[in-house]
Amino acid sequence: MSILGTRVIRTEDPRLLTAGGVYVDDLREPDLNGAVRATFVRSTVAHARITGIDKTDALQQPGVVAVLTAADMSDIPPPPPADPDAPPAEGPVPLGGVWSEPLLAVDTVRFVGEPVAIVLTDTTYQGEDAAELVTVDYDILPAVPSIAEALKDETILFPEAGTNTAVTGGGDISDDSIFDGCDIVVEGDVVNQRVACLPMEGRATAAVFSGGKLTVWTSTQNAQISRLILTAIGLPPDAIRVIAPDVGGGFGAKIGIDRDTIAIAWAAKHTGRPVRWVETRNENLLAMTQGRAQLHHIKIGGTRDGHIKAYRLEVIQDTGAYSRMGGFLPTLTNLMAPGVYDIPAVQANYKVVVTNGTPIAAYRGAGRPEATAAIERAVDWFAAEAGLDSAEVRRRNFIQKEQFPFVTKTGAPYDSGEYEAALDKVLQASGYAQLRAEQNKRRESGDVKQLGLGLASYVEITAPDPAAGETGRVDVREDGSAIVYTGSSAHGQGHHTAFAMLVTEELGIPMDKIEVVHGDTDLIPEGIGTYGSRSLQLGGSAVHNAAIEVRDQAAKKAASLFEAAEADVTLDKATGSWHIAGDPDKSLTWGQVAASAEGKTLTANVNFTADQPTFPFGTQLSVVEVDTETGKVTLLRHITADDAGPVVNPILIDGQRHGGIAQGAAQALCEEVLYDADGNPLTSTLADYAAITSAELPSFELIRSETPTNLNPLGVKGIGEAGTIGATPAVQNAVVDALAHLGVRHVDMPTTPERVWTAINEARKASAK
Amino acid sequence: MKVNLTVNGKDVTADVEDRTLLVHFLRDVADLTATNIGCETTSCGACTVLLDGESVKSCTVLAAQADGREVTTLEGLGAGGEMHPVQKAFHEEHGLQCGYCTPGMVMAIVSLLKENPSPTEADVRQGLEGNICRCTGYHNIVKAALSAAEASK
Repeated sequence: MSILGTRVIRTEDPRLLTAGGVYVDDLREPDLNGAVRATFVRSTVAHARITGIDKTDALQQPGVVAVLTAADMSDIPPPPPADPDAPPAEGPVPLGGVWSEPLLAVDTVRFVGEPVAIVLTDTTYQGEDAAELVTVDYDILPAVPSIAEALKDETILFPEAGTNTAVTGGGDISDDSIFDGCDIVVEGDVVNQRVACLPMEGRATAAVFSGGKLTVWTSTQNAQISRLILTAIGLPPDAIRVIAPDVGGGFGAKIGIDRDTIAIAWAAKHTGRPVRWVETRNENLLAMTQGRAQLHHIKIGGTRDGHIKAYRLEVIQDTGAYSRMGGFLPTLTNLMAPGVYDIPAVQANYKVVVTNGTPIAAYRGAGRPEATAAIERAVDWFAAEAGLDSAEVRRRNFIQKEQFPFVTKTGAPYDSGEYEAALDKVLQASGYAQLRAEQNKRRESGDVKQLGLGLASYVEITAPDPAAGETGRVDVREDGSAIVYTGSSAHGQGHHTAFAMLVTEELGIPMDKIEVVHGDTDLIPEGIGTYGSRSLQLGGSAVHNAAIEVRDQAAKKAASLFEAAEADVTLDKATGSWHIAGDPDKSLTWGQVAASAEGKTLTANVNFTADQPTFPFGTQLSVVEVDTETGKVTLLRHITADDAGPVVNPILIDGQRHGGIAQGAAQALCEEVLYDADGNPLTSTLADYAAITSAELPSFELIRSETPTNLNPLGVKGIGEAGTIGATPAVQNAVVDALAHLGVRHVDMPTTPERVWTAINEARKASAK
Repeated sequence: MKVNLTVNGKDVTADVEDRTLLVHFLRDVADLTATNIGCETTSCGACTVLLDGESVKSCTVLAAQADGREVTTLEGLGAGGEMHPVQKAFHEEHGLQCGYCTPGMVMAIVSLLKENPSPTEADVRQGLEGNICRCTGYHNIVKAALSAAEASK
């Protein structure tokens, strides 16, 4: 019987549940004995020239080892000259040149929380005391706290650039004739607000420079990429070892490493002292990259019978004070603009602007949730205007099953899908007709608590960089155990359990004799890591193929040991032993076969690449209750059919869906990073940032749906981000739907009581006129 | 100042700065690192431990306030090599992903079930409002709490 698809509880858990994980702050490595604590001095203002930094008082404090600023960084080589073959601004790389971001502020600060100096002390408390005493003189400049201010180009954040617009891209959107002949055209602005990624473990790094080698333990999603980034401090890759210990969540904000971590690694090299830095939540909410932060102008048109004919999406991306990802995020938003619909004419473009906010980078979905939020809101606008049910409008416009593979008007090559089936599953499981009846009843009776149903049918792109691939190595040793080395990087997803399942499936070696190793560049020099829901489809496929290669090698060895033809040798996966046809008494264990191999180890090392990304899809339905007197929204039910191909382990895929839905609902309901007019952050502790809790969420109702892809041997697509992508618009649409009969057409996210209450009252005022 | 605690049944005494927080005492003096720090503002509950059997957020309790009292951390929860029913339920129900909030979540649920051995789902959701998890969407944590309650009957 295959283990794939069965419920296997995690091998990771016993340790995490009894002793706790070993996160950076928990490391007790001998190399870190006597490590000094790093405390950053961060900008307290949004935009200013630095006119002086006085370390004198700080240096006199007890326990202070050093106070380091950009002026101390003369041992860092200058950045290489601009590479003519560098990836375009659409690539996920920081913009260089006039837009570049220093490791520590040089003469200008551009956001509250920007690192200005590092204080090294014997203890944490000493560091907090001393950092207070580093005096930074600021000559305050006007702040650019929003997209609207940035677009005015009155205050320019990078004077040499001459504009706040860092990148533009996408297609031509000037031809308005695509809306000719549409019976219905709806147009409007939608805010996809800035949110915090908020992994429960913030950023954390420990570094030791010894004997010419730099060892960095860091809370990252990508040890190998981090190693390449760290070469910026003037060391070749082979002089750097990066280790990802247990990582307490990432959600995109721990892809690679930030300037803060590079600066810590440099500080260890510069001072010769081991250094450890573990950020506070306040630092985390000020300076870890954040997500979304787009403004959309949307136009949709179609016929009165519900066929969408044309769609236009203009994206303005607030990239914060520094462009960490060029035009990458809005490029994905443009690419995924038409969603699950076969729309004859689609236009999309984008503009990236800098503001005095925390830099924006990937957050669970990274550019795709924004696309889905836009089209799914637009489809509801269109349905409302046409007087049709939102489920019916979706059905009429879906790309049909027989149209796959399907290339959208924006160029996205969708591999496989069955969008209508996902919708039907959700409608049926939710009791959609009864819910609509209940909604009508409440509308007619003027119930204070109105019911709203929100649909989101989504498709997303996973493993968007399939050619980069992922590494997987499987060794079987003479004790019969297997060890798996993966370039993919776990931080909660359950890689160790899933990858061991893949190996036991092919080799019959029991799970408890399979060890999975990730996140150490000395052991695994080549790898990419985890983002874009790529782990199972690329990393898992690499492990799967490596296991098959090892099995093939073992078959040859076993044949030679049996003195038989390879064709007569078989592996009994139930017992994990090798046999020969016609002689049931003869058998070999995995250990015996491995012992006959060179180095007494069978090994296969695979770099799996795919030809194209995959496109998981699904439909989510949210049911909310809105108190029309207070504006309070209660999420009552959330029902989803998310299809990412065959399921390897139901608890792992459902865990990803649960977490994704919660984060998506959080954006729709309560979470938002806010700044005042001077660029001061208003949500820089968890007392202020409204992170979603258990009390605001129901249990989720998940429906299984499995449409395989042919782009990898497992047939799987990514599931890490799908929950988030579908949930945000489903919940938002539900809130608006609850109020539609009152004349409310749109409520921006987060749909806080104040916003909802205001929308209701404005609609009432408008209808009274 | 001198602080003396009984941590997971063992005596721990140390001279610490007056301002030492309980969580730092547990992590740095007692060298028990399961208890994590998630926010420093009593908002996220990652640092939840039991103080004389009741849950507290150890990032906003001074070690001095705990002087002479008993503290239980995740490390002290199991007995005789066996996991506590709440730990077992977390394993069975996939109640954890990255594991960072888990020690605090488990301790909060142990405390919650002590106060209310037969909670409803709503009781659990309200009771865990002060513990943030970013991975699980709380779905399986709630399931684990309910199943631990059932198993403890």
